[in-house]
Amino acid sequence: MDRKQLQHQVAYTRRSLFDQGYLDDQFIQLEHLQDEANPNFVEEVVRLFYSDSVRLIQNIEQAMINKPNIDFGKLDDYMHQFKGSSSSIGAKKMMKECSKFREYCCAGNIEGCIKTLQLLKQEHATLRRKLETYFQLVKQAGLA
Amino acid sequence: MTVDMAMATETQFHVLAVDDCLIDRKLIERLLKTSSYQVTAVDSGSKALEFLGLNGENELRDSKPASVSPDPYHQHIEINMIITDYCMPGMTGYDLLKKIKESKYFKDIPVVIMSSENVPSRINRCLKEGAEEFFLKPVQLSDVNKLRPHLMKGRCKEEEEDQPNNKRKGMEEIVNSPDRTRTRYNDGLEVV
Repeated sequence: MDRKQLQHQVAYTRRSLFDQGYLDDQFIQLEHLQDEANPNFVEEVVRLFYSDSVRLIQNIEQAMINKPNIDFGKLDDYMHQFKGSSSSIGAKKMMKECSKFREYCCAGNIEGCIKTLQLLKQEHATLRRKLETYFQLVKQAGLA
Repeated sequence: MTVDMAMATETQFHVLAVDDCLIDRKLIERLLKTSSYQVTAVDSGSKALEFLGLNGENELRDSKPASVSPDPYHQHIEINMIITDYCMPGMTGYDLLKKIKESKYFKDIPVVIMSSENVPSRINRCLKEGAEEFFLKPVQLSDVNKLRPHLMKGRCKEEEEDQPNNKRKGMEEIVNSPDRTRTRYNDGLEVV
């Protein structure tokens, strides 16, 4: 594929991440903060998010093991953090799952929490794959 | 480095950013640096107080290394603004705000609060306690652009306090005042 085609593919891939609801405007805000002095800012933030969120997910899972004495307050705190980080990178679908999880926490509904955590982990993994592919394409197209 | 660049660095504003979230710290740091501010980012209210030299109830003036100026007004770290997250474990942003407003040396430093939650009572509480602005997260460049007037106001205040003669005099007044021509004969008079 030549450079022009690659660049088209980058634009198309990027567009669909927004159209399919994976990313929101905050991602564009991150792109605006990228410049010649900080050419990989978006990718750096996303990497940071993924290494940090793995830790958060582990904390959440740990906090859900101790049935029936679940500390819903603690769970909610962890999810509040997770939602905050997701929001900072513009991870729209993940934010939705985080909000649902917090509603289940408020209601003390552990089954709801378990179900939602699974969905959240799926979204987390899907977005990671899509963004990794996107960043790869950007490099290949010489747009990095 | 040209003279202009050197001067620009000298007058660069220094902002202390406080947030327990790693991603948000990276973000706020980049936002502030984009606006040419010098940034120190810490992950808790207690680290912020430590950095400022405010430990416990008494301000440990001597425990902090003096900044360049030996001026008694500037024995603490030079900070022009503090921007802090509201929800943090241990000390909240509100608690930190209160401590700063109680501090003799830092009470006039503008403080900005950030929060991911839009809770009007929370916002009002912070503004009432003296926060200059309240930003909803994720913080954006348009928010950071609102900081400059607060920083400029702070600098004008500082410059006023630096004058040995605290009365506000225009430069023209000082230069042309009859007193100035008499200073040759009067050693005690300080010329500004």
